[in-house]
Amino acid sequence: MKYVDEFRDGALAQNLAASILKEAQSHRTYRLMEFCGGHTHALSRYGLLGMLPPNVQMIHGPGCPVCVLPIGRVDLAIRLALEHDVILCSYGDCLRVPASNQMSLLKAKARGGDVRMVYSALDALKIAMNNPTRQVVFFAIGFETTTPPTASIIRQARVAGLTNFSVLCNHVLTLPAMEAILTQPGGVPLQGLVGPAHVSTVIGSQPYQYITTRYNKPIVISGFEPLDLLQGILMLLRQVNEGCAEVENEFTRAVTPMGNRKAQALVHEVFEVRDSFEWRGLGSLPFSGLKIRVAFAEFDAELRYPNLIYKNVPDHKACECGAILRGEKRPQDCKIFGTVCTPDNPIGSCMVSSEGACAAHYTYGRFSEVKWVS
Amino acid sequence: MCLAIPACIVELLPHDMARIELDGVRKEISLSLVEDAKVGDYVIVHVGYALQLLDPEEAAQTLSLFAELARQA
Amino acid sequence: MSKVKSVYVRPLDLKHGRVDMSHGSGGRASAQLIETVFAAAFDNEYLRQGNDGAVLPLPPANSRLVMSTDVHVVSPLFFPGGDIGSLSVHGTVNDLAMMGAHPLWLSASFILEEGFSLNDLQRIVSSMAQAAKAAGVSIVTGDTKVVERGKGDGVYISTTGVGYVQEGSSPSGDRARAGDAILLSGTIGDHGMAIMSQREGLQFESAIESDSAALHELVAVMLATGADIHVLRDPTRGGLATTLNEIARQSDVGMVLNEDSIPVHRQVVAACEFLGLDPLYIANEGKLIAICAEADAEKLLDAMRAHPLALSAAVIGTVIADDSCFVQMVTKLGGRRMVDWLNGDQLPRIC
Repeated sequence: MKYVDEFRDGALAQNLAASILKEAQSHRTYRLMEFCGGHTHALSRYGLLGMLPPNVQMIHGPGCPVCVLPIGRVDLAIRLALEHDVILCSYGDCLRVPASNQMSLLKAKARGGDVRMVYSALDALKIAMNNPTRQVVFFAIGFETTTPPTASIIRQARVAGLTNFSVLCNHVLTLPAMEAILTQPGGVPLQGLVGPAHVSTVIGSQPYQYITTRYNKPIVISGFEPLDLLQGILMLLRQVNEGCAEVENEFTRAVTPMGNRKAQALVHEVFEVRDSFEWRGLGSLPFSGLKIRVAFAEFDAELRYPNLIYKNVPDHKACECGAILRGEKRPQDCKIFGTVCTPDNPIGSCMVSSEGACAAHYTYGRFSEVKWVS
Repeated sequence: MCLAIPACIVELLPHDMARIELDGVRKEISLSLVEDAKVGDYVIVHVGYALQLLDPEEAAQTLSLFAELARQA
Repeated sequence: MSKVKSVYVRPLDLKHGRVDMSHGSGGRASAQLIETVFAAAFDNEYLRQGNDGAVLPLPPANSRLVMSTDVHVVSPLFFPGGDIGSLSVHGTVNDLAMMGAHPLWLSASFILEEGFSLNDLQRIVSSMAQAAKAAGVSIVTGDTKVVERGKGDGVYISTTGVGYVQEGSSPSGDRARAGDAILLSGTIGDHGMAIMSQREGLQFESAIESDSAALHELVAVMLATGADIHVLRDPTRGGLATTLNEIARQSDVGMVLNEDSIPVHRQVVAACEFLGLDPLYIANEGKLIAICAEADAEKLLDAMRAHPLALSAAVIGTVIADDSCFVQMVTKLGGRRMVDWLNGDQLPRIC
């Protein structure tokens, strides 16, 4: 695969790992956060964590939209499916998120709810067009990467004059979450952040300057492939060693300073920023989520179904998803990790999404804690 | 939410759609979020949409940077 | 004595006709369906007797009976490289083959949905007959029932197979030992991705075809080498990863795999990338895993590679001692990761 395989070359990876080893000063401990869940997944899946020296620690950030989706929002989707007889369209990742009363969207489907998995927002629109007598709701989640497709289908729905289609919008914003991580009281001391790859193709590299200037931490935007990640970590280490706090872009083949203006404009046309939105693990963050503008109100599921009132639902008592999303604890520090809480029986969302820190560690990394005989 | 893959546009289709190809696998995706995409261009594809055009020169530069490091090591 | 006039029986409309409830009631319509569609296609000495069961010969001396069963609910019914019919035959033949057995007779039971196209049914049955003939097995008994429209998915098929295995040590999931070599007969992920490519909403165009095939002749070739084969298993549901984890647990061992040596078609890799799936967990229907004593790995591999169904066979890893029974893998980048059991369903990722 062009532009993929070259960035997965084993020999080059070994070289980058060697460079990282050289760059990491032995008397220092580096705590770097990879913000994006896709990066968390890649670090584990390619076995990159084991290639880093022990004094370079990767803290997993909250850039996993399934992980930060509050239980209460999933409950809304489940209610729509079971109580309002809608066709509830959702990306695959959300289907197994545990919600209240031991339910999930998948379980709602087993109970007779018409829950359908879609690969693309376009599929949800098609379902609405092919089922004119049914109400169709698209359960939209995601950071800035996934928001433009939702904006696109809302616009298309307007042009097509659809009256049976609406969106339950849970889109969230990256920078407020980064800020929350860096400002939490007693927070995790981070020296730098690996910036998200595909969010940045949309928003550009320029917005991160707000963070580097205000909080004096370097950010390196890295591509998704293992060589990109290793290179990004190397660039971060260099900045930390030199005492710099700049925005650097490793993913230059897809990220420009201004990003994708067309997508940004489309998002701006359809959505506006909510005063506040609740994030699992981070609490309520101001100006961190999006809602559908009044101009497109007929597509807002929260207005079409007014008795859908959001209720905050606390995490299971033993669940440490919150602390893990904030980077304060590691999955293995959670008492129920790997015992009660497994991907087959997830207690918290970090174990459901394959990008969640817990799922990634469970699936790819938990062997490292057990001594094995070769 | 980052799963996105670079793929090549092999055919432009009506209604802002395109057929893209990755190693012989073809799929129809939307070009409504990008501009001036042509056959032969590579785009980053996420949930059925092209998010951005890939810059082949920058890609080549990044790769040569890795190779340079390899020579130094 | 006057002859009784024969009653006119309208022939079954195999082109445009549909299954209806009378086909499952056991009366004339049922008999006609069985005769015209099933018996005609599967035709053998047992079926011609027209009895409720087949009386089969005992195994020869120094052989034991092996029995295995499967049920198939695949959707769509027809996919690139096969259909539910051929899949059923191959699946059961392979189960027997993995026991080291020579497969001989199958039973086939059908649950048909009211309204199912007779043309499709005939295509499926014909495909089963062909697969059985090619594999040298006979379908000797069976049953058919019809359920109301909406209570089935076209057709569900259950097959049970019987074969003979030589007395003596047969391959078994608990016989893997530290130091053994792990061999794989070919590319992984073909069947599952061929199915995925037809799924509503995930449609993509590719040349990916199911690898559905009967493996018993390959197994016979492998056994004939005299190699010390400890385990034979076909990685179906859950893929290579799940099957290796099952074996690791049964044998109480660990494994280390080499990602670079696991054969995967480029198109399967690409399709998995699009959907966020991992080929290690995708179903295969024409591949097998063989775990053998290290010393015999080379000769076994050579014999496999000489067979048309295992041209890209490879040694993909080693069995190690490990109390936790982990399956690990050295990635193409030289890092290490676990290859865990399949967790839940492999839902396409967006993230």
